[in-house]
Amino acid sequence: MSRQTSVLYDVPGPRQRRITLISSLVAVVVLLAGAYLLIYRPLADKGQLSMELWGPLVDPSNENFSQVWERLWVGLKNTLIAAALAILASLVVGTLIAVLRIQLKSLTRRRFTGLATPLAYLLRGLSGTLSVITRICVEVFRGLPVVLTIFFVARGFPEFGVSFDNLWYLVIGLTVYNAVVIAEILRSGMEGLPGGQAEAAAAIGLSPFQTTGLILLPQAFRIMLPALISQLVVVLKDTSLGFIISYEETLNIGKQIIGVLGNPIQVYVVIAVLFIAINYSLSKLAQYAERRLSRGRRTTGAAPPTPPPAALTSQAEGAGGGI
Amino acid sequence: MNVLIDKFDVFAGGFWLTLQICVLAAIGALILGAVVAVLRISPVPPLRAVGTTYVNIFRNMPLTVVLFFAAFGLPALGSNADFLRIPGLDAIFSRLGTDLPYFRFGLIALVLYTAAFVCEALRSGVNAVPAGQAEAARSLGLTFGQNLRYVVLPQSWKASVVPLGSVIIAMIKNSALVGFFGVVGDLSQTADQLTSAGGYAFIPVAIGISVGYLIMTVPLGALLDRIEKRQAVAR
Amino acid sequence: MRYKRVAAVAAAATLALGLAACGGDDEGTGAGSKDFAAGSTMERLNKAQKIKIGTKFDQPGFGQKGLSGKPEGFDVEVAKLIVKELGIPEDKIEYVETPSKVREDVIVNGTVDLVAATYTINDKRKERIAFAGPYYEAGQNIMVRKDEAAITGPDSFKDGTKKVCSVTGSTPAEEIKKYVKDVATQLVLFDTYDKCRDALKGKQVDAVTTDNVILLGYIAKDEASFKMAGDNFTKEPYGIGVKKEDTDFRNFINDTLDKAFQDGSWKKAWDDTAGKFGATLGDAPTINRY
Repeated sequence: MSRQTSVLYDVPGPRQRRITLISSLVAVVVLLAGAYLLIYRPLADKGQLSMELWGPLVDPSNENFSQVWERLWVGLKNTLIAAALAILASLVVGTLIAVLRIQLKSLTRRRFTGLATPLAYLLRGLSGTLSVITRICVEVFRGLPVVLTIFFVARGFPEFGVSFDNLWYLVIGLTVYNAVVIAEILRSGMEGLPGGQAEAAAAIGLSPFQTTGLILLPQAFRIMLPALISQLVVVLKDTSLGFIISYEETLNIGKQIIGVLGNPIQVYVVIAVLFIAINYSLSKLAQYAERRLSRGRRTTGAAPPTPPPAALTSQAEGAGGGI
Repeated sequence: MNVLIDKFDVFAGGFWLTLQICVLAAIGALILGAVVAVLRISPVPPLRAVGTTYVNIFRNMPLTVVLFFAAFGLPALGSNADFLRIPGLDAIFSRLGTDLPYFRFGLIALVLYTAAFVCEALRSGVNAVPAGQAEAARSLGLTFGQNLRYVVLPQSWKASVVPLGSVIIAMIKNSALVGFFGVVGDLSQTADQLTSAGGYAFIPVAIGISVGYLIMTVPLGALLDRIEKRQAVAR
Repeated sequence: MRYKRVAAVAAAATLALGLAACGGDDEGTGAGSKDFAAGSTMERLNKAQKIKIGTKFDQPGFGQKGLSGKPEGFDVEVAKLIVKELGIPEDKIEYVETPSKVREDVIVNGTVDLVAATYTINDKRKERIAFAGPYYEAGQNIMVRKDEAAITGPDSFKDGTKKVCSVTGSTPAEEIKKYVKDVATQLVLFDTYDKCRDALKGKQVDAVTTDNVILLGYIAKDEASFKMAGDNFTKEPYGIGVKKEDTDFRNFINDTLDKAFQDGSWKKAWDDTAGKFGATLGDAPTINRY
C-alpha cells in the first residue's frame, strides 16, 4: 500500500510538508471536535457513560464483574468451537467438492473410446449430468444468505426426523456455505497452476486422481492459504448468526446479560471489541502467511502462478461472508 | 406447495422490499466506500489513519453488531436518521419516509458495513494499475487529484468491477439480516412469518425464499463471470 | 456357560440394588426410583434420572437466564415442581432455550420432554401438541410511555398513526395485527422484548404489546418511564406443552399442578419469582382435563 500511495504523489518538499502538517492538525481538531459533539456529548447526556452501566464490564471490584466475564468467556468459547468445527468441516467438504469438480470436468472431456458405443454414451451422459448437478449446487449455496442456510438446516432437518444439538445445526449451516466457497477457491487455485504441472504428472504415469491429490491440490492449498485464513474470519463473524437458532455464542450470551443488567450499548461495545481484536489478529496472520509464501516462491524460483480470479478472493476475503 | 401460489403477494412484497433496501444500500456503499478509499490513499496522515481504522473496524465486526448499533446506538445518539427522508426519493422507496426509522437504520448499517469492503475492492483496483502509469503522470506534473482522476482511476475501474460486484452480491445476501432488526416484511422475515405465525409447511416456503434471493444473486454472479473471462482474454 | 452365570449374578445384584434404592426413597418426594406405570413417560424419565425442559431465557419473571448461567422464573419453578414429582434431582435438569416460534417443533421432534415457556393454550397448537394446565392466566396488554395519553387500548392503533412493537412469531404479534391499519408503517418486530422496551424508551415506537406479566416486569423496573394502557384484551392461559398422544404424562402433570395449587408450593413459586414485580396471582386456575 505504501508503495502505491507514494506513487500517487511526490515526496513532499518543505512547503508541501508544512501544508500537510497544517492540514493534519486541522483534520485532527475537526475529527476530535466531531467525536466530542456528535458522540461523547449525546451519550454523556443520556447517562450512557455512567459507571452503573459500564461497571459490570470494566470494573473488577463490581459485584457482577466476575460473573459477567465468566458468561462472556462461555460465549466466546462456544463461538470459537463452532467456528473451528465449521472451518474444519468446510475444508474437508470443500476439498472433496473441488476434487470432484475437477475430476468430473476431465471425465466429461473423455470420450471413453475403448468401450462399446452405448456404454460410452451412458458414461459421458452420467459424468455430464453429475458435473451440471455439482455446478448447480455450488451456485445455489453460494447465492443464498448464510442466515437462511442455517435457518433452513435447523428447521429442515427435524422435518426429516433428524435432530441434533444447536451447535451442529450452526456448524452444518456454516459448512454448507463455506465449503462451497472454499471449493471454488481451491478449484481456481488448481486451474490457475501452470499447465505443465498436470502434463508432467501425466507423463510420469500418475492417474488423474493422483495428479490432483499429489500435485495440484498441495500447490493450490499453498497459494490459497491467505484466502483460506481470511475465510476463517468470515466463519468467525458468521457464528454470531447462531442467535437465530438459540445457540449460546458470544452475542447470544451478551443478550442474556443485557436482559439482566439492562446495558445493551455497553455490552455490544465490549463484544465488538472482542471480535475486532480476534479477527484483526487473524487477518494479520493471513498477511504474514502471504508474505512468507511470496518469499518462498522467490527462493525456489518457480514461476509465479496466475493469481486467483478477483471475484473469488474478494468474496473469500470477508465481503462474501453471509455477514 | 400451495403456499407459493396462495401467498405469492407476500413473497413478492418481501422480494420488492429486499430489492429496495439492496438498491439503496448499494448506492450508499459505493459512494461511502469511494470516500473511504480516497481517505486511505490520501497524503494527509490523520485522514489515512481514519480510513484504515474504519476499514479494520467494520471488516472485523459481525454485521449483527453493526445492525445493533444502528438500531439502538443511533437513537442513543439522539438521531432517528431523519436525514435519509429525502423528499422525492421516498415516493419510490416508501419505507424511507415513514415514521418508523428501522428501514433507515438497517440501510445505514448495510452501507457502513459494505463500504469497508467496497473501499478494499477499489483499493485493490488502484493497486492493480502499474506503478509506471502513476509515475509517468507525476513526472508530467499532475497533482494527486489529477493523477487519480485522469490516470489511475480510469484504469483501476476495470480491475475493480469484478471485486465490486462480489461485494454487492455479498451485500444482497447480508440484507437478509435486517428482518431481525425491526424491518417487517423483507424476504427473509417472510419465511418466519409464514412458517411460525402462518402455520405453512416449511419446505415450500424455504424454496420460495431461496428462489427470491437466487433471482438477485445468480444472474449477477454469472454476469461477473462473463466480465472476468472477457478481461482475462483481453489480458 | 460361565459367562451366563456371571451375567445372572450381575443381574440379580442390580435388581437388589434397585430395590434397595426404592425402599430407601419411598417416603420422600426427592430423587430416586418411583413406581410408575411400565412404559409410561414418567417411568422412562425416572429411570433415566434426567430431563430436558424447554423454557425461555429472556423473559423476566418467567424464564430468564441470569448471570449465574441458570434460568430463573415462574415457569422454571413450576417445571421444577413437576421434576420433583418425577423423582429427578433438580441438578439433573437440562434447560433448552425455546423461543416462541420453535416450541411446537421441539415437542414434536422430541428435543425436550416438556415445555414451560409462557406457553398460551390454544386450539391451533393443540393440533400438534397437548397442554397440561393451565397453571396461570395472563392476558395481552399494552405498555406505553408514562406521558402517553392517546393510546388507551388496541383500538388506538386503528387510525394508522401509533407505532407498536412486539416479538417475531409470538401470539401477541399476530393478535395486534388485527388492530393495526398498516403493518409496514406501524409494526416493529424484534427477537426479544428488551429491544422493544428500548425502542419505546427511545421513542422509535409508541407502545409495546405482549402478555401483561411480561410488561409488569418492565414497569416494575422502571416505573418512572412506563405504564399500562388499559386492561387486558385477551386471555392467555399458560400451559405445559407435552407430546400430543402422551395422555398419561399430561394427566400426571395435571395431578402435580393440582397438588401444587393446594399445598402452597405453587403460590410460593410465584412469590419467589414473578410475584416480586407486583403482578397479582389470583386464585388457582381450573385445570382443563380434555
